Amino acid sequence: MRFVDEFRDADKAHALAAKIAALCEPGRRYKLMEVCGGHTHTIYKHGLEDYLPESITLVHGPGCPVCVIPMGRVDDAIHLASQPDVIMTSFGDMMRVPGSGGSFFDANAEGTNIRMVYSPLDSLKIARQNPDKQVVFMAIGFETTAPSTAMTMLRAAREGLTNFSVFCNHVTIVPAIKAILDSPDLRLDGFIGPGHVSTVIGCRPYEFIAQQYGKPVVVAGFEPLDILQSIYMLMVQLSQGRSEVENQYSRVVPWNGNLAALKAIGETMELRPYFEWRGLGFISHSALKVNQEYAAMDAELLFQVPGVRVADPKACQCGEVLKGVLKPWECKVFGTACTPETPIGTCMVSPEGACAAYYNFGRMNRNRVAEVSRA
Amino acid sequence: MTAGQVQGQPGWIDEALREHAQHEQAEQLDAAREAPGPGNRRQLPLADREQQVLDRIDRARRRRPRVREERITMSHGAGGKATQTLIEAIFLDTFRNPLLEPLEDAAQLQVNGSRLALTTDSYVVKPLFFPGGDIGDLAINGTVNDLSVSGATPLYLSAGFILEEGFPVADLNRVAESMRDAAAAAGVQIVTGDTKVVEKGKADGCYINTAGVGLIERDVNLGVAGAQPGDAIIVSGPIGDHGITIMLARGELDIEADIISDTAPLNGLVAGLLDAVPSVRAMRDATRGGVATILNEIAKAANVGVLVSEDDIPVRAEVRGASELLGIDPMYVACEGRLVAVVPGGEADRAVAALRAHPLGGQAAVIGHVRAEQPGIVQLKTAFGGTRIVDLLVGDPLPRIC
Repeated sequence: MRFVDEFRDADKAHALAAKIAALCEPGRRYKLMEVCGGHTHTIYKHGLEDYLPESITLVHGPGCPVCVIPMGRVDDAIHLASQPDVIMTSFGDMMRVPGSGGSFFDANAEGTNIRMVYSPLDSLKIARQNPDKQVVFMAIGFETTAPSTAMTMLRAAREGLTNFSVFCNHVTIVPAIKAILDSPDLRLDGFIGPGHVSTVIGCRPYEFIAQQYGKPVVVAGFEPLDILQSIYMLMVQLSQGRSEVENQYSRVVPWNGNLAALKAIGETMELRPYFEWRGLGFISHSALKVNQEYAAMDAELLFQVPGVRVADPKACQCGEVLKGVLKPWECKVFGTACTPETPIGTCMVSPEGACAAYYNFGRMNRNRVAEVSRA
Repeated sequence: MTAGQVQGQPGWIDEALREHAQHEQAEQLDAAREAPGPGNRRQLPLADREQQVLDRIDRARRRRPRVREERITMSHGAGGKATQTLIEAIFLDTFRNPLLEPLEDAAQLQVNGSRLALTTDSYVVKPLFFPGGDIGDLAINGTVNDLSVSGATPLYLSAGFILEEGFPVADLNRVAESMRDAAAAAGVQIVTGDTKVVEKGKADGCYINTAGVGLIERDVNLGVAGAQPGDAIIVSGPIGDHGITIMLARGELDIEADIISDTAPLNGLVAGLLDAVPSVRAMRDATRGGVATILNEIAKAANVGVLVSEDDIPVRAEVRGASELLGIDPMYVACEGRLVAVVPGGEADRAVAALRAHPLGGQAAVIGHVRAEQPGIVQLKTAFGGTRIVDLLVGDPLPRIC
């Protein structure tokens, strides 16, 4: 299939892998973080680690929108959905995320009406069809999905829809990366930069990583060869002692981002002073809320939101996994008490979550992989 | 967000941890009895520690399934892990008997010296009419196929209808005619039935249940538990056509593709295969949960490893394209006219040739084989050249497809 197979070519992968291996200094170990959960998914789905020399470790980062939602926010959403005459809409990824009393699926079994949508715009269709109901869109995601929420709000305003609102949980990627860089328990050599986020914000916001922290960043696409090539580009920088921001995903990511998308976000949303992240705690200026001008579409103002705070479960080490301090399998409850069908942690829910990706696709170590390659 | 009181760890997590700790303790005692020796307290190399965790997970996966939810959720009907847990923990546990236990597509019965196959299936597909078929022919073909892959010649079917108040009679006529035609094509008769009507809003137009009985005349003993290392795994054609057709036909995705459901009766195809290769070990028709689910059933039931190659799995370009866009894996997408067969390795070519000789098997292919290594696990060599696991589907967000 065109535009897909070219980016999954095994021969090209072998050639790149050889070039990567040649750049590894003997005795040196490399830790590269893929920030984005979409990359984590690709890495495991295609078995990309099989191509890497043992001295290169990929560390999974915080860029999984579902994974960073704290349990209390899920409870708040279910509370909203339980109000009379409310239809909540949400991306499919959210449906199985456990709150303290169960997931959206469980809430629906108890009587709420939470519907899965593929685009926030579908919520408007539902709002038009149900004028006697309030339709609340549970907005999640980084800068990747914020523009589509913003566009939906702009369109709702243009259409004069009065029964649509947004429960805004959009977060921003740079404060999370900064929190990881400032975290004492992790030593990283470079970053595979988030491709989708960068289509919106561009590459400039990462310059501080290269300049102030001296770590190279390569913004990467989502096909396996994209990621392998970005690893190669990082290794070239490291071998030359450079730390710069480079763009491997130039076929999609403009250096300065998407100005129209940024404008739409700016028109409808503003930074929150602080926001709680699952596993990472409160991070200042790390999330977006509906702004004053669109207050009529802010579910947090329209409804009484309890503002539930649930401590991250002690047993669950999502925070360490999100920061890349632990590999998924190193978490105490991984795969036993916490599984994709009965997740405790959010990382086990979303297909972009490191734990779910490892459990579903990668549950084997390198010795096993070697055995399969011979089979 | 207000800085209110912070709640502690919810009770269900405590319960999950407690349950796991109890299992773990019991399993460790078992392990100590089986292999007394130095404890595993010392610090092992990373790869070995990972292997320990993987072994622990493997034990956890073999534990008796339990339904934790207090209410039925959509996941329980999706054909993946939750469905399997529901069936094993509630139905199998309550109804347990040797005929039910194999959980094959049809039960095999001995009646006065004859071997019969008996099966039943309910159909709730939405929309009722879709490119390539409708709920009527689906309800016939699905039951015919469950009998066929059990090695039976399908003979007689029942048809039960649950109709919603207000359902157009013209639509019911259309469904009935399509059932008649499908039954004629498959050579079966609909010989008994039932009709119920429920109030508006209590059903979605029309639900159908069919049950079927067939005669096992051949001297075959089919079952996925019989898969052996060295066996070849074959699919009878491109996968995922039905599931993708239904998803697109619902019109919610604004994607259009030139693709139709593969709904078809498989009895002719199966007869051809069994004539050519009487030593077929097992067949399954790949409905909900897709080919991936069947591969996992083989690995689990026979306690063998399964290794398949992504490059060898036939998938239409339209199905692949839609799957890529939707972020789903065709391996999990339903078919309604494809089967997966396990045959002795030496018979693989003959089996593929027999399937290809039939109009429904033109693109049959060997997709992998059964191994002794890594029992219980399905692995995939990806087209990219890597390796990964193919697990049962969890919490399938896909719509009602059959």
